[in-house]
Amino acid sequence: MTDALLLESMAIVRVRRETSDTFTFDLDARPRGGFRFAPGQFNMLYAFGLGEVPISISGDPLKPAVLTHTIRAVGPTTRALEALKKGDPVGVRGPFGTPWPVDQALGKDVIVVAGGIGLAPLRPAIYSMLSRRQVFGKLCIAYGARTPADILYDKEIEKWRGRIDVDLEVTVDRGDPDWRGHTGVVTGLLRRFELDAERTVAMLCGPEVMMRFAARELESLGVPAACIYLSMERNMKCGVGSCGHCQLGPSFVCKDGPVYPLTKVEPLMSVREL
Amino acid sequence: MDIWLLPRARLGELIATLRARGYDVVAPTPRDGAIVYDTIESDADLPIGLGDEQSPGRYRMVARGDAAVFGYAVGPTSFKRNFHVPTERLYRVERVGGALRFVPEPVAARKVALLGARGCDLVALRSLDRVLQGDRYRDERYAARRSDVVLIAVHCGTPSASCFCTSMGTGPRASGPWDLALTELTTGQHRFIVETGSAMGLTLVRELGLRAAGTLDKIHAAKVPIAAAESITRRLETDALGARLAQNLDHPRFAKVAERCLACTNCTQVCPTCFCTTVEDHTELDGSAAERHRRWDSCFDLEFSYIHGGPVRPSVRARYRQWLTHKLSSWHEQFGSSGCVGCGRCITWCPAGIDITEEAREVGSPRKAEKTT
Repeated sequence: MTDALLLESMAIVRVRRETSDTFTFDLDARPRGGFRFAPGQFNMLYAFGLGEVPISISGDPLKPAVLTHTIRAVGPTTRALEALKKGDPVGVRGPFGTPWPVDQALGKDVIVVAGGIGLAPLRPAIYSMLSRRQVFGKLCIAYGARTPADILYDKEIEKWRGRIDVDLEVTVDRGDPDWRGHTGVVTGLLRRFELDAERTVAMLCGPEVMMRFAARELESLGVPAACIYLSMERNMKCGVGSCGHCQLGPSFVCKDGPVYPLTKVEPLMSVREL
Repeated sequence: MDIWLLPRARLGELIATLRARGYDVVAPTPRDGAIVYDTIESDADLPIGLGDEQSPGRYRMVARGDAAVFGYAVGPTSFKRNFHVPTERLYRVERVGGALRFVPEPVAARKVALLGARGCDLVALRSLDRVLQGDRYRDERYAARRSDVVLIAVHCGTPSASCFCTSMGTGPRASGPWDLALTELTTGQHRFIVETGSAMGLTLVRELGLRAAGTLDKIHAAKVPIAAAESITRRLETDALGARLAQNLDHPRFAKVAERCLACTNCTQVCPTCFCTTVEDHTELDGSAAERHRRWDSCFDLEFSYIHGGPVRPSVRARYRQWLTHKLSSWHEQFGSSGCVGCGRCITWCPAGIDITEEAREVGSPRKAEKTT
């Protein structure tokens, strides 16, 4: 008898501060024989006595010994998780949801478009593609953050930027005196990449409004709607489509998503408060 | 199919037989001015001589002036609460040596006989089965409670003014599967005409030693749900309704109904198919242990759609739309049927008397502005 609602205890082995309100922790998956997931999937994380939150997995799918999540502290549960230290236990269940179409992108150009903490659920896909870089065409990454201080994974971004086989552009809404990069919305970066649009797979994650505009821009560049994928967010509570909270029109984001082709969600995204 | 005669005087024996076989008999019983489903001990607990008057926003339990026991339509409760329970502890959480230990709450599964199930309520139960144990995910707690259930239907002879089962194809005649189906006849000798629909049903009939029903009784019984169907006036045009609603998500009618809707969640509480739940956490005062409890939730609650930064559906308009379109439109895509069984509970128990059939008709028909152009 498997119970999808039952959590298991995993211990934190490493905590990293990412930005003023965002942190990453690695959980030790070795005692359970590793944690396997597909890029784009999420887990429910439980803070003792407070509740659960859906958090996408942000680590490397090829390193199942550690289970990595990047979390923004915005509510009581995420703030309680923020207060945890190395060695503390966290409740975990998952993985849930649909993955990024990494295999569908074989032999094609790929553009990854991320806004804010939306880079976290995309990072496993980036790791996965970089691990067998030669089987993809171009790999382009467009990332937008509010300010330079809000840029996630900044050391890693510099590493990716230094690779000859990765095209990466970062923009911020508001720069600071030291900022030498782009300012403005991430949509404005998309024309900079030289993509074979008709043979491109796009993976988008960020605020809904950002994804809507980015998807529209990619379509106007010639990327087929069926090859544009977005990660949607609703109130995922059970993870298995039985609690009803995460409905988006006819679909349950927790099991039919969070990753959808644009063709599936475009009509729904234009309806307010759906 | 064989058809049998059960005199009213022997109804108590049916209940006793079920109880002797270890079944809790859940049946209609009067309580607090309404006819509810609950565990009964004998036929004396049934709503003898009681009926109900229902209309939008109104319910009254009334004396019928006869001795009928199934002479009502439906009350505020459905069989949902017996299997998909309103609140339950899922597990306890303990801190043990630097780790968390999650101890699942065992399910006290019991054998249940549902006596007096209406056609609408049986279809609702099948809908819940589809959602909670027929999909990719199986709710083990629901499945355990649902594992040994005897269904004794009653073909409805007394629909209320809120009912529209004929539009939804769920009644008044209770379609199977059931183990037994009863038709109550009160003229002449008070009796039930009994149909068997399973080996279990046949076993019960044999154990009671029922005689076969006469031809005239069979005819009288067949007429009961037919006459009931004719008395139902509330209608919902279901032809392509799901698609019509999905195309009209921005219909101004939603803003209009939101002016009346109190977002009180009554409709979702009385609905026999609404299945949404949330989980709540409780902590011991000393912080040594915690518990996780699941309870019914409602899409009318502001918290329901909360994601970081606020609710996705802050307006009542959006929440009413979510409920209506889930029942009548997206349920088809999700689970292959309508999520509405036409029992009329949401109409009766809405304090504002909002009528789902009226709202669906308005939203699902061409807009007036478009008609005139």
